[in-house]
Amino acid sequence: MHSAYPRLVLVPAYNESATIAGVLANVREQLPEFDVLVVSDGSTDDTSARAREGGARVLRLPFNLGIGGAVQAGFVFARDNGYRLVVQVDADGQHDPAEVRRLIDAMASHPSADMVCGSRFLSKDHRYPAPVSRRTGIHIFAFLLSRLVGQRVTDPTSGFRLYNRRAIELFARDYPHDYPEVEAVLMLHHHRLRMQEVPVRMFERGGGVSSISSGKSAYYMIKVLLALFVGLARARPVVDAGDRAPVAAGHGI
Amino acid sequence: MFSDRLQLVAILAAIALLLVVLELVRRRRLLERYALLWLASGIVLLALASWRDGLERLAKLVGIYSPPNALFVVALLFVLALLLHFSAAVSRLADQSKVLAQRLAILEDVVREEAERAPAPARAEATVEDLEAITRR
Repeated sequence: MHSAYPRLVLVPAYNESATIAGVLANVREQLPEFDVLVVSDGSTDDTSARAREGGARVLRLPFNLGIGGAVQAGFVFARDNGYRLVVQVDADGQHDPAEVRRLIDAMASHPSADMVCGSRFLSKDHRYPAPVSRRTGIHIFAFLLSRLVGQRVTDPTSGFRLYNRRAIELFARDYPHDYPEVEAVLMLHHHRLRMQEVPVRMFERGGGVSSISSGKSAYYMIKVLLALFVGLARARPVVDAGDRAPVAAGHGI
Repeated sequence: MFSDRLQLVAILAAIALLLVVLELVRRRRLLERYALLWLASGIVLLALASWRDGLERLAKLVGIYSPPNALFVVALLFVLALLLHFSAAVSRLADQSKVLAQRLAILEDVVREEAERAPAPARAEATVEDLEAITRR
């Protein structure tokens, strides 16, 4: 906060009390110049208390909004508190805070990039331990998205991302609801913001339950595909300053 | 065929619908903006039920043999429109409650920070003195 360019680590967490302390300790060690914000998405365990013990500021959502709503709360916080840089790290230990340096380097060497994503599929030497079904799904999204945005995207579901101020302001205004990562790439493209991918390692989850269980993955795919095609055709992708209020009391139709 | 009896039932049903909606609005149990579609459906159904000729013409126009079926179709369309309307309304409410939850969480954090920054006892003493000064006046 006291730096001229305040930086924030944003950790969305839903019932991650088993892993949150370890993740935060790791973040503190690797990224001492970052403030840490945990958004507890209606957790019913002691995630918030653990996060506070770990030295993080904690936003406690009164009920579960889903990952999209939780991350957006973090963007609103970052925007209102003047953060210039936000890096999003999962609370389950999947992402290695040491790799954030790679994201930062990528943004430094590509000054036009507004968002840098850590991709687990860019490097050949690391094998990501995921079931084939999920990998196939990710590759289908990657294929579609690459064509839609006219740029190679290999890991559109990765939540390991670095955002600059422009991306923070955009996503604080509007961020997709349920499974946001894929759609966020499309939103970025619509607003003529740039993204960049860098290879990172990812670990298996340290505990807790993934927001995408295997039984729901078909539902997930259909929903994201719908979101992608709707996103393409959306009349007004995002509310700009001075537009009609997106959440108004008026008629729905 | 559209028998007299059926016509009477249809008219009574439409009137009952209109009365119930109006009463709900009057008691402020239903917001006007949600009552409009209901009122529109009640009025149109009442009109078609009482104006036989109109209903028969409508049936012929869209190729329905039996006029009562035309009435059902119109009623069904209104039901679909209402359902869609409510889905949109629910989506909007979900969006609003999301924004509220986010702002509440941020406010809670600000309040917490303030409470930690300002030590409580000093404030409490000042308030007591202020109170005494005020009561002495």
